[in-house]
Amino acid sequence: MPLLKVEKLTHFFGGLRSVDDFNLELSENELVGLIGPNGAGKSTVFNLVCGLYRPTQGSITFEGHDLIGRFPHQITSLGIGRTFQNIRLWNELSVIDNLRIAHFSQIDYKLLDSLFFTSRLVKDEQKVSQEAIDLLEKFNLIPYINELPRNLPYGIQRRVEICRALVMNPKIILLDEPAAGMNQGEIDELIKLVRWVKDEFKVTIWIIEHQMRVIMNICERIQVLDFGSTIAEGTPEEIRNNPQVIKAYLGEEVT
Amino acid sequence: MKRFGMPTLIGISFLICIVPSWLGWFSNYIQFIIALIGINIILTVSLNLINGYMGEFSVGHAAFMGVGAYSSSLLTVYLLTDSSFFGKAILPEELAILIFPITLIIGGITAALFSLLIAIPSFKTRGDYLAIVTLAVNFIFKSAIENIDAIGGPRGFMGMGKVMKAMDNLVSFPWLIFWTFVVVVFSIYIIRNFVNSTMGKSIVAIRDDEIASELMTVNTRWLKIVAFMLSCGLAGMAGGLHAHTVTFINPSSYFILQSTYILVMVYLGGMGSLSGSVISAIVFTILLELLKPLDVFRWVVTPLLLIILMLFRPTGIMGNRELLDVFPTLKKYFSSLQERLSNAIIKS
Amino acid sequence: MTIDFFIQNFINAMQWGSFLALIAVGYTLVYGVLLLINFAHGDIFMVGAYTGYFIGTFLLNNFEIKLPFDLPGWVVIPLTIILTMIITALVGVAIERIAYRPLRNRGAHRLYLVITALMFGLLLEYGNLALLGASDRQFPTLFNKIIYNFGGITVTNIKIYVILLSFLIMGILWYIVQKTRWGMAMRAISYDRLAVPLMGISVDQIILITFVLGSSMAALAGIMYGTAFPILRFNMGMLVGWQAFIAAVVGGIGSIRGAMVGGYILGFTQIFVAAFLPSTYRDLIAFVVLLLILAIKPTGLFGVPRRTKV
Repeated sequence: MPLLKVEKLTHFFGGLRSVDDFNLELSENELVGLIGPNGAGKSTVFNLVCGLYRPTQGSITFEGHDLIGRFPHQITSLGIGRTFQNIRLWNELSVIDNLRIAHFSQIDYKLLDSLFFTSRLVKDEQKVSQEAIDLLEKFNLIPYINELPRNLPYGIQRRVEICRALVMNPKIILLDEPAAGMNQGEIDELIKLVRWVKDEFKVTIWIIEHQMRVIMNICERIQVLDFGSTIAEGTPEEIRNNPQVIKAYLGEEVT
Repeated sequence: MKRFGMPTLIGISFLICIVPSWLGWFSNYIQFIIALIGINIILTVSLNLINGYMGEFSVGHAAFMGVGAYSSSLLTVYLLTDSSFFGKAILPEELAILIFPITLIIGGITAALFSLLIAIPSFKTRGDYLAIVTLAVNFIFKSAIENIDAIGGPRGFMGMGKVMKAMDNLVSFPWLIFWTFVVVVFSIYIIRNFVNSTMGKSIVAIRDDEIASELMTVNTRWLKIVAFMLSCGLAGMAGGLHAHTVTFINPSSYFILQSTYILVMVYLGGMGSLSGSVISAIVFTILLELLKPLDVFRWVVTPLLLIILMLFRPTGIMGNRELLDVFPTLKKYFSSLQERLSNAIIKS
Repeated sequence: MTIDFFIQNFINAMQWGSFLALIAVGYTLVYGVLLLINFAHGDIFMVGAYTGYFIGTFLLNNFEIKLPFDLPGWVVIPLTIILTMIITALVGVAIERIAYRPLRNRGAHRLYLVITALMFGLLLEYGNLALLGASDRQFPTLFNKIIYNFGGITVTNIKIYVILLSFLIMGILWYIVQKTRWGMAMRAISYDRLAVPLMGISVDQIILITFVLGSSMAALAGIMYGTAFPILRFNMGMLVGWQAFIAAVVGGIGSIRGAMVGGYILGFTQIFVAAFLPSTYRDLIAFVVLLLILAIKPTGLFGVPRRTKV
C-alpha cells in the first residue's frame, strides 16, 4: 500500500482550473520532486493535500485514511509535515516554543489540567520540552533555543522550520521551495540537510523547487506541472532531456 | 523555595486590601473603589486573552459581564431576600455566605454558555466578523433585558444590597472585597497557567499565523472557542461581583460604554501582557474616579484617551512584555514551568 | 389584516428603508476603498442631523442670534441642505485626516484603525451629550406637512419626498461610481490598492472623495430624518446608524448595491415585525437578523469573499 495516494486531483478556483488530473503515489523513504513554471499549481497541490482547500474532484489517501474533508490539523497530525515558501515560523515565539506548539496534537492533558497546573500537565510538558530539545539538538539548533526567529539568519530559520516539521513524527514532509532566497553556499548546506533528514528520520520528502541544482541532485523522481497539468514524469535524467519540459520551462543550465 | 514570588504577592495584596477594610480603617467609599479595581482587573485580564494574546477583536465583553451580573443577582435576590420581584425569600439569609460565591460561579458558567453561541458562528469566518457580532451582542443583550419586564426591564433590578448586608450580619467581614479578591487571584492564576502551557501558548501562534498553526496540528477552531468561553466566563463572574457592589443594575450598565472601558484598559496595558492588564486596570479605575467632577465629560475622555493611545503608543504601557521582562532580576522568583523545564533539560 | 394595513406599512417601510440605505452606502463606500469599517459613520449621520438643526433653525430666524431679515422657504431649504452637507463632509474628512490617514501611512495594524473608528463614533456621541446636554432637540420645520388620506391609508408629503429623494440620490451615486473616472478609481482601489497609484491616480484623493460622498449622503439622510421624525437625540447615531450598519453587512459590506438592498430589506423586516410585535423588539429583531445572515452567508447577500493567497 502506498504511503500517499493522490488520484485524479482536480481543483478550480472559480472559473480557473489550477490543478488538472494530478496523480501521484508516494512510498516510504523516497525523495520526489515537483517542478514547473510559476503559477503551474504546485503549491495548490500541497495545499489540497494538507486540507486547506477541498478539491473539486479527486481523492487523496494517506496510509489508507481518506484525507478529503478533514481539517488541516487532523491531516498533519496523521503524520504529514510541511514547510512554506516564505518561512512561516511564529516570530513572536522563541525557537523552542515554535517546536513546542507543533506538539499540540500529541498533548495528553486537557484544558482543566492547563488551567489548574495539575501533575498531568507537568508530566506532559516535561515530555514536550524533552522531545523538542532532543530534536533541536539533532539539528544543532540548541544555541538558538530562546531566540526569536526574526532575529536569526535566513539559513538558520529554514533549518528551524524543517526541524519543526518533524515534530509530529511525520512519514511525509512537504517542502515548498526551501531554497528560495538562498545563495549558492546556503543551497549546498540545504542539499546536505535534506539528504540527512531523509536518512536520519526515514521520511519521504516531497519537494517543490525552482533551483534545478537542488532538484536534479537529490530527487529520485520528478513530476513536472504546467498550467495545472502533468506534462512529464521520470528520473532526473529523463526529465532533463524531455523536450516538452525544456520547451515549457527548463531555461536554466543544468549541471 | 525560590519560587515564593506569587504567594508573597498574594499575601501582600491581602494585607493591603482586606485587613484594613476588616479593621474599619478604610471607609466604605475606599472599599468600593478597591472592589471596582478588582472587578476591572478580572475584566481586563480576561478580555486580554481574546484581544491581546489571540489578537482578535471582541467588543462585547460588557454583555457577558451583564449576563453574569443578572444571573447572579436574580439568584441571590430570589433565594435569599424578600423582594418586590419574587416575593418571599426561599432560603434563610444566613446562607448568603455560601450561596453568593455559588451564584458567582453560575453567573460565570451562564456567560460562558452564551459566549459559545456567539463563538461558533463567529470563528467560522475570518476578518472583522467577530467585531461585528460582538458589537451586535451588546445591543442584543440590552434589548433583550429591556423586554423582560419581570426583572425590571429598562428600569433596572435591585435587592443585592440586602444580600451583602445578610453576609455582614452573620460575620462582620469585608465580604465583597474578599470575594472579589478571591476571584481576581483565581482569574490571574488560571490565565497565567493557561498562557504558559503549550496549549495556551498556541493562541499566540494563532495570532501570529493562524494557517501555519492549523498546519502544525493546532486545532484552531476548538482553541479559539475554548479561549473565548474562558474569557467570557470570567467576565460573567466579574459581572456578578459588580452587580453586588453597585447593588442596582440596569441594562445600560452593561452596554457599549462599559465595553469601551474594558477595551481601553486592555490596550492601555498592552496586548498580551498580564502585568500590563493589572497595572492599567488599577490606573484606569483610579483615573476615572479622580475625573468624577468632570461629570459627563468623563465619557468623552475615555474614547479620546484610546484614540490618542492608538495614534501615539498603540502597544500600551507594557507593549507585549511582562513586568518580569522589565525587571529580570525578579525572574527567579516567578519563573514559569516551561522555563524551568528547558533550563533543567539543557543542563543535563 | 387588510390591504390598507399592508400598503400603509409598505410606505412606512420604504421610508425607513431609505434612511437605512442612504447611511449604509456610506459604510460600504469607505469599506470598499479602505477595507475599514468606519464605525464612526453612524455618528456622522447624527452630526448631519444636528448640523441641519442648527443651520435650519438659524436660517429660519428661530435661533438666539437672529438675521436682520427673513429668508423665504425656497432659499432656506437648499441653503440648509448644502451647508449641512459641506460641514458634515468636513467632519468626515477631518476624522480621516487626523486619525485614519496617519495610521495608514504608518502601516499601522488594521486593528488600530478599527479601534480608532469606534472611538471617534463614541467621541462624537458623548461630545454631543456633554456639549449640548441631554435634552432632545426639535428639528426645524423646513417643509409644511401635508397629509393625504386614501381610504384607510395616511401618507404625508414628507414620506413621498424622502422616498423619491433617496432614489434620486442613490441613482446619482450609482452613476458616479459606475460612469465617472472617480467612481472607477474607487472600484479599482477596492480590487487592488497597490496598482492604482501606479496608474497615476492619487489614492489619497480618491479616499478623500469617498469620505466626502459618504458623509454628504449621511448628512442628507440626517436632514430628511429630522424632517420626518423631528425629535433629535444625542444617541441617534447609535440608534439609527448601527442599524444602517447592519443593513450594509446584511447586503454585503463592500457592495454598494448590497447596501441599498440591505437597507430596504432591514427596513421592511423591522416595520413589519413592529406591526405585529411590541416596538421594543425592533432593535432586537434587527440584530437577530444580522446574526442569522452572518451565520448563513457570512459575506452578506451581495458580498464577495476575499481570497487570501496561502
